Amino acid sequence: MIGLSDYLLLSAILFSISVAGIIINRKNVITLLMCIELMLLAVNTNFIAFSHFLHDTTGQVFVFFILTVAAAEAAIGLAIIVVLFRNKATIDVEQLNQLKG
Amino acid sequence: MGFQVIVFYSFAAWLIFSALMVISSKNSVKAALFLVLTFACASAIWLLLEAEFLALTLIVVYVGAVMVLLLFVVMMMDIDYAAMRQGFVKKLPLAIIISFAFFGLLFSFITHGDFSNEAYPLPTPHPEGYSNIKELGRILYTEYVIAFEIAAIILLVAIISAIALTFRGRKHRKAQVISEQLMATKKNRLKIVKMDAEINTSEEPQTEKEGDAK
Amino acid sequence: MMIQNQLLAIVLLPLLAALVVGLSGSLPRVWAHRLTVFAVAMSCILSVDVAIDQLTDQASPLNYNLYTWAQFGSFSMHVGFLIDDLTATMMAVVTFVSLMVHIYTVGYMKTDPDYQRFFSYISLFTFAMLTLVMSNNFMQLFFGWEAVGLVSYLLIGFWYKKPTAIFANLKAFLVNRVGDFGFLLGIAGVYFVFGTLDYAEVFEQVNNGYTDLLIPISDDIFWSATTFLCIGLFIGAMGKSAQVPLHVWLPDSMEGPTPISALIHAATMVTAGVFMVARMSPLFEQSEIALNFILIIGGTTALFMGFLGVIQNDIKRVIAYSTLSQLGYMVVALGASAYSVAIFHLVTHAFFKALLFLGAGSVIIAMHHEQDMRKMGNLKKYLPITYVTMLIGTLALIGTPLFSGFYSKDAIIESVQFSQLWASGYAYICVLIGVFFTALYSFRLFFMVFHTTERMDDETKSHLKEPSAVVWGPLIALAIPSLFIGYLLAPSMLSGEYFDGSIQVTEQHNSIAGIVEHYQHPFSLALGSVSHWPLWLAIAGVFTAYMVVVKKPELATKARKLLGPVNHILENNYYFDKIYINYISAGGVGLGHRFWKWIDVGIIDGIMVNGTAGLVASISAKVRHIQTGYLYHYVFVMVLGLLTLLGWLYWTALNH
Repeated sequence: MIGLSDYLLLSAILFSISVAGIIINRKNVITLLMCIELMLLAVNTNFIAFSHFLHDTTGQVFVFFILTVAAAEAAIGLAIIVVLFRNKATIDVEQLNQLKG
Repeated sequence: MGFQVIVFYSFAAWLIFSALMVISSKNSVKAALFLVLTFACASAIWLLLEAEFLALTLIVVYVGAVMVLLLFVVMMMDIDYAAMRQGFVKKLPLAIIISFAFFGLLFSFITHGDFSNEAYPLPTPHPEGYSNIKELGRILYTEYVIAFEIAAIILLVAIISAIALTFRGRKHRKAQVISEQLMATKKNRLKIVKMDAEINTSEEPQTEKEGDAK
Repeated sequence: MMIQNQLLAIVLLPLLAALVVGLSGSLPRVWAHRLTVFAVAMSCILSVDVAIDQLTDQASPLNYNLYTWAQFGSFSMHVGFLIDDLTATMMAVVTFVSLMVHIYTVGYMKTDPDYQRFFSYISLFTFAMLTLVMSNNFMQLFFGWEAVGLVSYLLIGFWYKKPTAIFANLKAFLVNRVGDFGFLLGIAGVYFVFGTLDYAEVFEQVNNGYTDLLIPISDDIFWSATTFLCIGLFIGAMGKSAQVPLHVWLPDSMEGPTPISALIHAATMVTAGVFMVARMSPLFEQSEIALNFILIIGGTTALFMGFLGVIQNDIKRVIAYSTLSQLGYMVVALGASAYSVAIFHLVTHAFFKALLFLGAGSVIIAMHHEQDMRKMGNLKKYLPITYVTMLIGTLALIGTPLFSGFYSKDAIIESVQFSQLWASGYAYICVLIGVFFTALYSFRLFFMVFHTTERMDDETKSHLKEPSAVVWGPLIALAIPSLFIGYLLAPSMLSGEYFDGSIQVTEQHNSIAGIVEHYQHPFSLALGSVSHWPLWLAIAGVFTAYMVVVKKPELATKARKLLGPVNHILENNYYFDKIYINYISAGGVGLGHRFWKWIDVGIIDGIMVNGTAGLVASISAKVRHIQTGYLYHYVFVMVLGLLTLLGWLYWTALNH
């Protein structure tokens, strides 16, 4: 049978993968966005697993809100990337260091 | 039970594989498509957890909207994918160390923490006629109604800001640019050309004559 | 009620005149002196009326509060008047001399462009001096004290375009601040010991036996608080009455117009210190140490300032040093507990010293503002009235029998002789020798100016004539009291009845008792002086002056050569000025410069203000390199932070 810990382990693996993705991707802002989506997916999976095993629908409500915020974030993030590309003709993270001190 | 175990492990395997492909693929388009696959697998696992509405929402919202948007943006840009790969191998050891550290920590949390089947027994299945959507909707519109409204406003703000960021204005509009009009100076409107005075050679002797007459 | 309105009018009339004349700007010159002279004349008449009432015991002493100025808890500051014999005498003297000076100024300042301002100032001075003497508490006394100091400052620098005048008034102001510091400490001491600043309450506590506070200096040395506050008050008097070593401002104050030298720096303001000590007599009687201190300071001033008078060539400076010396006499009398004698000398001195200054002023007008005596000579031919009045003043000053100075000065010398204090021996020798030098410098001035050969140039000589009536009128008006006031006041003054209500002397200090015992009729006193030292010393002084100035002028140069080093010291005024300027002021400036350099520039500006900013700048210059602008650096730090947080959570969970 599949217990709670199995689901938790799955989301832990997913989260670790996305952390690794954030670190190795130095060039592409869009990939970074995708990694963030993966992280959120891991968190959501955790929420739903607990909700299921604790018989509490509130966990699902939180997932609902996280989905909302993630959708908004994706929309605005992509808009920013579009503007950025329009102005600098690149999405290379290594060249985006104008905020340095 | 056996069927559920098979479903879980197979979808979990696909999930991990496609997540790895997302972070390692050269092409952003490919990565986006693998992300779609990841979401699909996750949605299947959510179905196992009896979160039917959210599983479907994930498919509809993410796969149907967000991912299409992502693909659209990726394809719109002219990106040199070969250059994108620089430094990938160099950073790989660091990434592996850190992600393993994370995983190790989380793993030890999960194993040390009492999340065993005895502590969290498999819940009793819902009775017939139980509706996940109804239950979710009941909580959402009663206890979390204010949070729900705020979420709606956040979405609205996101729509407006995304438009405001990318909108470049209608082309060829015939409108006044007031600031330009105010900043207009003589220098950029009027040009003074220096030139020699024109001399009418035929009249010159005449003036001389007049001088002589006097 | 009547008398209270009268007192208020005495004080406020000069103030009103000063304000109208001073603030109205373009008042005609005639009206400037009409208004102020009228106000001071009224004030004088009313004061004399009050004085007669008080001195003939027709009215009892008055002490009342007019107005409550401020109140803090149990401590209140009042404006009030205390009118008794002492105050009434001072009021009459102040207003009379002031009136004379006002009239004299009409002639003396005739051509000055700042005529109105001058009248405004001297009227203001009259107001300030009256508040000082009429006060019934220490706060008002201090107000008057500072107000006369301010007017003195303004008047010394009256010709403010003259650099020496500005230097002199600044010097006067600063030296007086030193004295005022002591004075304030004294006042604070009075409040500390008695808990009140009202004269009557303080004296009542003294008379009813009070417990003197002891100030612990170390484990077994205690200072009496009364001694401390008496010396503090006397230091104030030293500043105002120009006693050694705070005398340095008075000779320089001669930079001011001559009427001012007569009024402020000879007759009235400089005697404020003497008046104040006399007023506080019950207090000073409690401290023998303070009295000895006063004797030493007074004796030193009386003798050593007299020496300086002998070598001066500026006519006003001779009289200025004479004033210093005479103030020393008064202070000696205070130290010997002969307060009434001190006030007696104050009164007679006010008349004859004002006379001498105004006479000198008359000479200066005639000489077209030439003050060097070496360029005068034989002026008796040109200025007969000035000659006669100056002769009267000089005779009064040196203590010729029957003249006013004789009675007061002899009384001082005798009272010192009778004093039992250990410092009185020193003071006695000082005042005795002082008599010789008083006669010497007075007649040296007199002979150099009015006798000997004419040394001025022909241009000046052709203009020499007696100045107008407004100038010689006051001279005559002052010459009369200089002649007779001593003779008239001596009976009551020397029998010790004059100030019986306002001055208190304890039994063991009662030096006047000796004089009272030997008291005779003024006339027989004059006859009896033949058998006393002072008269012969004075005659010797006059004779020496005659020999050195008239008969054999070469003797003076010889004496100068013979006494080379002494002469050198005298010409440098005992190096007081040099020490003050080169060590004390320069030290203060140097200290200030160092404080500025080290503390202000170094520590406050350098380390604290700029240092803080610099530290922030240098640290942030280093720290800002952390902020690379690369997104993945931030992400990396975030991930590490998350990892650390999780690790910490895990670690604490494990330990539980």
